[in-house]
Amino acid sequence: MIRFEPRENVSPARRIGAPVAAALVALLLASLPIAAAGAPVLEAYLLMARGAFGSVFAFSELLARATPLILTGLAAAVAFRARLWNIGGEGQLYAGALAAVAVGTGAISAPPALLIPLVVLAGAFAGGMMMLLPTLLKVRLGADEVVTTLLLNFVVILAVQMMLEGPMKDPMGMGWPQSEPMLDEAMLPKLLERMRVHSGLILALVMAIAVHVFLKRTVWGFEIRAVGENPEAARHAGIPVTATFVRVGLLSGALAGLAGVSEVAGLKGYLTADLSPGFGYTGIVVAMLAGLSPLGVVFAALFIAGIFVGADSMSRAIGVSNYLADLVVATSLICVLVSGLFVRFRIRLVTPKARKADA
Amino acid sequence: MSDILEILLTANFWAAALRIATPLIFGVLGALLCERAGVLNLGIEGIFTAGAMAGWMAVWLGAGLWGGVLVAALAGAAFGLVHAILTVPLGLSQHVSGIGVTLFATSLSYYTYRTALPDVSSPPRIEAFQPADIPYLSDLPFLGPALFQQTPLTFLALAFVVVVAFVLYRTPLGLAIRAVGDNPSAIEAQGLSVTLLRMGTVVAGSALMALGGAFLTMSAFDAFFFNMVNGRGWICIALTVFASWRPGKALIGALLFGAFDAFQVRLQTEVGGVVPGQVFLMMPYLLSIAALVVVARKADYPRAMLKPYFRGQR
Repeated sequence: MIRFEPRENVSPARRIGAPVAAALVALLLASLPIAAAGAPVLEAYLLMARGAFGSVFAFSELLARATPLILTGLAAAVAFRARLWNIGGEGQLYAGALAAVAVGTGAISAPPALLIPLVVLAGAFAGGMMMLLPTLLKVRLGADEVVTTLLLNFVVILAVQMMLEGPMKDPMGMGWPQSEPMLDEAMLPKLLERMRVHSGLILALVMAIAVHVFLKRTVWGFEIRAVGENPEAARHAGIPVTATFVRVGLLSGALAGLAGVSEVAGLKGYLTADLSPGFGYTGIVVAMLAGLSPLGVVFAALFIAGIFVGADSMSRAIGVSNYLADLVVATSLICVLVSGLFVRFRIRLVTPKARKADA
Repeated sequence: MSDILEILLTANFWAAALRIATPLIFGVLGALLCERAGVLNLGIEGIFTAGAMAGWMAVWLGAGLWGGVLVAALAGAAFGLVHAILTVPLGLSQHVSGIGVTLFATSLSYYTYRTALPDVSSPPRIEAFQPADIPYLSDLPFLGPALFQQTPLTFLALAFVVVVAFVLYRTPLGLAIRAVGDNPSAIEAQGLSVTLLRMGTVVAGSALMALGGAFLTMSAFDAFFFNMVNGRGWICIALTVFASWRPGKALIGALLFGAFDAFQVRLQTEVGGVVPGQVFLMMPYLLSIAALVVVARKADYPRAMLKPYFRGQR
């Protein structure tokens, strides 16, 4: 018989150690599918490590991949803190990218110092607006936001396809469904010459710190945490629960929208309907690995980005499918969920004798 | 207006509606079983994918069509077991665990498919289920083509509506499942195991969901494609609320949904030049949100849903 005894005080080492252990276990478990594919396991790991950290180029790729994941991770973390289950990061990302392209491809011409902030704000605004409907439906009508945000992902991506085949299609795009290129003045500057890492990373890091301070040091942040811990108690304590949900929804959507801005204005330069390989969904895993801590999100995003970049490079070298990365990401979500038990509880094996003595 | 009536009165239209509804019937039945026992199963989207892939692959490897159906159900049950262990005895967040199972089942299916078929350009095809040709019944006017020229999995889905309804409302097991999702301590007071009952129901419900996926690769199409599930699982979660967790209403909800979808496809061919195709493709998702919103206010969720239960707790 196994018994869970709640821990009174959890040491910080345990709080940080559990997700790290979970990530390592998930990484180790990847040896099973690698072996099943008939590939040399050790070599595969080495190739993954080299692909993620082996050169300046590799590291730049890792940082470029981590950038949208930090932002979608923050989006999920802040919403989950209030137990607002925003699973719509993918759609909000596309909404943000669409707005960035609408503003940044020539609708307005201005110097970079003005145009870049406009593009960023437009993306954040569009992402936030995507969360307004699901949040209002939740607080006013009790419609489950998990389902509405999930379904809106599909709607937004179809809307993006519609725009890219219609009004926003690039006439010079050789018939491909893609937007016109962003103006040079609207592009986020590169951080390194001839590398893909761009200043969207700075934006993401600043947002991580800002969200951390917001949650820890402001009244609205406190209210978000209080609602997440116990909405009923929060209501009795006079916290405006509805307004808090709306605020956190807008913030979460805006953060995911920024991920879209960063991808389109930092990396790609134009919008296609396959801009994101599921960054919105992966953000959920990032947030959970981070224990919903905004600063932890940065480290979790670096880990997950390393898996993706490493697996891509390993896949090119020895032909193991790069769906391996998605598999490791999914496994780490399950592992970190289980590891939470070791943080919150002392897990004891109870023999029948001891049970009798207890009684 | 008369055009619309004309569409609604053809047997072909209703045949299409039932065909579109089939995977949803499996999915909603599976979801409502899990939720009736008190467990939200957001693994559904991944379980659909796993059922579609595993069933198809079993047939492709020579297991036969019904062998494929069995393999799909077993794959669904296996992922259901993962969700059941995480959420019932371990009491972890049903939301996060469900998303985890969806990501896990989807990526494992894709990885397996890619590993087994590293460099195919077009997906290999199987000999899929064929529409039935039942003596007399299939030849009936209107009803014949609409109802009796479907593939066997559609008949199986309809049979499961009856089976699930019978089990839930006419057997002691069904009574226990309904009770464990409403008031688990009453079940424990009866000397039954809340844990086993919930886990068993989640596993069975997940097997049903996987059959919805199997229908896609073994009846609707004859091959496996990436992203082919395309939100059908999430749609089922919305329809489950719409159906008030009742098998009969689940059938009606799925059929209504199928009829709307079949209708918009036909409308698309009429006004396709004017309205972009994506507007029509959005309809199923918007419709599901609408279905959820319409019933949200008076939705009567199983009372112990999302709440883990530990022994001896009141």
